[in-house]
Formats: sequence, structure tokens, C-alpha cells
Amino acid sequence: MKVPVPRALSKPQKPAEQGNGAGPAVKEAPADLVGWLDERTGGSSFLTGMLFRKVPKGTNWLYTLGSATLFAFTVQAVTGVFLAMFYTPSPTQAYSSITHLTNDVFLGEFVRGMHKWGASVMIILIFLHMARTFILGAYKYPRELNWVIGVTLLILTMIMGFTGYLLPFDQRSFWATTVGNNINGTGPFIGPYLADFLYGGPEFGATTLSRFYSIHMLLVPGLIIALIGAHLFLVVKLGTTAPPWLEPKRSRAIIKEEEL
Amino acid sequence: MNRAEKEAYLRDYELLKKQGKPFFPYAVMKDSTMALIVVAVIIVMALVLGAEQGPKADPTTTTYTPRPEWYFFFLFEVLRVIKPPALVPLATIIIPTIAMVLLLLLPFYDRGAQRRPERRPIAMTALLMTVVVMAYLTYAGATAGPPSQIDVKVPPQYEAGKLVVAQSGCLACHKIGDNGNGTLGPNLTQIGARIPRNAILRSLKAGPGIMPSFQSLGEQRLNQVADFLSYLK
Repeated sequence: MKVPVPRALSKPQKPAEQGNGAGPAVKEAPADLVGWLDERTGGSSFLTGMLFRKVPKGTNWLYTLGSATLFAFTVQAVTGVFLAMFYTPSPTQAYSSITHLTNDVFLGEFVRGMHKWGASVMIILIFLHMARTFILGAYKYPRELNWVIGVTLLILTMIMGFTGYLLPFDQRSFWATTVGNNINGTGPFIGPYLADFLYGGPEFGATTLSRFYSIHMLLVPGLIIALIGAHLFLVVKLGTTAPPWLEPKRSRAIIKEEEL
Repeated sequence: MNRAEKEAYLRDYELLKKQGKPFFPYAVMKDSTMALIVVAVIIVMALVLGAEQGPKADPTTTTYTPRPEWYFFFLFEVLRVIKPPALVPLATIIIPTIAMVLLLLLPFYDRGAQRRPERRPIAMTALLMTVVVMAYLTYAGATAGPPSQIDVKVPPQYEAGKLVVAQSGCLACHKIGDNGNGTLGPNLTQIGARIPRNAILRSLKAGPGIMPSFQSLGEQRLNQVADFLSYLK
């Protein structure tokens, strides 16, 4: 079945001989919305460039781990928005707001379960994605910077895990966070300051929960989204790698050209 | 990689890309299938495993065993294994930081042109060792007790007191068997042989010298602690 595609989004044709040296011609007034948007943003050439860019030979299922991680992050973002609608980050109300969400709200426990287990799935996918990148040597020239961005994203995701663990405010999360923050406090030089910053004071207090909450849902996700943008920009710009075993087929003309 | 190797790589890559397929629909198809699998797995986990709510956080309890999320178990285990107080920052911050920096800067010290795994023995050995060490630490962390664990074997009636001692921070100053830091307070491994039970109880309440008073634990827990400590002979 052929899906109708707006003209501006269809596969670009080879540029024909056109123009008379008088500058770009104004297109015919477009009647459709896509055309209207395209005339003002130039978005369609970007979009078609993205969609129809060539992916190298040999691209297999291992190369879906990155986008799978991105998708898991999207699941976390969407479920997180819904959880935030019901959550109160105060030591007196946090626990009861989670009880209310779990027991009374329609699909509340299901969404909370997705957020909780989605975090583990995301961590596993990140490690698999990183293992693939490492084993196939994809971090090498010219993609070094993207490896650095990726490891930073891993660290930020671990911070998400740490800050999110406290929010349900049950015994498990409270004591794990206490131990975790005591660990931070033992660090050389900045350790005690970091622990103070996270607690919002010398020890667990009234503002600690809202601090963890704002780090968990504003600061770190903002950084993660920005870095995912940079990561994807470089992926599109540099292209995804091919498996290192593949040699390109060389026609005689290419070999001759290379020998020169 | 020298300049010639870089140019050779870029030339080969350009050709492989030309001989490849367009992102849409080929890669998009695979990516979307994978996305569906991911969301299906998450939904099944959410339905089967649920999101249980534990008892409410209570900062005054001292008997709760902290457990982190599973992907922090390795850190937990490192902390458990390294006991001398001078080395604790090593386990908590310094080793993880060094590991992170090594990971972050990987492309800057591994600059060889070779990408095939079977021809990068050092990198593959390092990967294997990292995976084995992380898997071992995660497993050990998952099955082990908390950092404040006391390994001394006691009859069941003394277990309650042992747990209170483990959770009340006694091991920060005292040593019991192989656990704890024997730097500030006396070694408690054979305390029951030296001090009678009621003297132990008095010390717990009064807090002699630099030791704080543990009156706040309450009569019942203090008695459990005294039972446990006077058993240690």
C-alpha cells in the first residue's frame, strides 16, 4: 500500500538544471499546511535529509540499542509527568500522596510500576548500548566526543536513580538515601559540601525532599535532554558506524582514483 | 590514529554509507520494533512486579537495613569490604571517580586504528575483567548484609541485640570480631568476659567518656544490647 506523503516531505529528486542567476525563485504559493510551514522554516529539507540519509551497510539489530534507550527515557518522562501530578514533596505528605496514588488513582500503581521498572530497563539498555559501542570500536575517530557525551549521560542517569529512590519516602528509600548521602559526605574536599547541598542543611530536614525532587525532575532531566540532543546531532552528522569487519566493495574506477 | 589512517577510515566509511540503505524505512523499522519490545517489557514488569509501598520512613528507627537500588549494589559491596576508616573515602569516592574518569576518557588513551574486537586483545581483556568484577560485586552486594553487619555467630535469642548494635552505629568506634573500627572505643569482642551485664547496661545509658548516651534506644532495646554484649566472651 502506498501512503500518501505531502509533496514537501517526499524523497528529494536530483537537483535539475534550474535558475537563471537571478537568485532563488519564490515558490508557488503553497496551498497545504506542510508547504506553508516549509516555506517559513526550511524544515522539510532537514526532515527529508534525516529520513533518507544513508545508513551504512551491515547495520543490524545491535544498532537499535541507542534508540531503545532513548525510548525508555521517553517512557520515564511521560510516566514521570503523570506521577508529578499527584506527588507532594514534603516529609509529612510525600508518603500519603504515594499511598493515594497507588491505591485510589485510576491506573496509579501501574504508572508508578512503569516508572520504577522503566528505570532498571533504561540502565540495562545503556550498559548494552555502551558494550556494543566498546566492542565494535565505535568510540574511535571521529566519534570520541560522542563517547564522552554518552558516559556523561550514564552518570546523569545514575544520579536520576539515586535522587528518585528517596521520593516514595518509605523506610527503604529513606535509609538507602541516608547511607548514600553519608557516602557523599566522606568524599575528599567537596564531599561534605555536596552532602550539605543535597540535604539542604547538615542533616535530613524539611527541605531535603523538595531538593531531591527538583533535582530529579527539573535539573537532571534538563541536562539529559540537552545532552541527548547533542548526542543525536553528532550521530546524524557523523553517521552511525558499520560493523568493523565490513569492507566496502570497490569498483575498478574507485580503486584507480584512490591510487592517484 | 595517524592522518593516513584517519583518511582511510573516512574514505571506507563514505563508501559503506553509499552502499547502505536509507534510514527510512529500514532502520526506522528496526528501531520502532525495538521500541515496542522495550515498552512491552516495561508494561509486563509493571503488571507482574507492581510498585509495592514499604512502611513509612521513620528517622527514629535504628533497626532498618538499608538497601540501595540494584545498580548501586557494587558500590555497596566495595564499601562493605573496605573497613579501615582511613580507607573509606578510597572506596566511596576515589575508586568510583577514577573508574568514571577512565571510562570518560577512553577514546583519548585508546587511539589505535584497529576496530575489530578480535584484534584488540587488551581492550577485550579489560572489558571482560570489568564485566566479571562488576557482576561479582553486584552479586556479592545483593546477597550480603548492610555495611554495619556483624559476622559473629550468636544463638537466636541474642540476634535482636546484635541487630540493634549493628544499626546503632556502635561499630563506628568499637570493634566486634572482624567488624567495626577499633580506633576510638575499646574492642568489644570479649566484653562479656571483662564487664558484668549490669555495668554494660549502665555504660550504655550514661555514656562514659567520649561515648554518647544510648538512653534514647529505650529500655527494651538497651536490654537486648546488654544481653548480646554480655554473651560475647
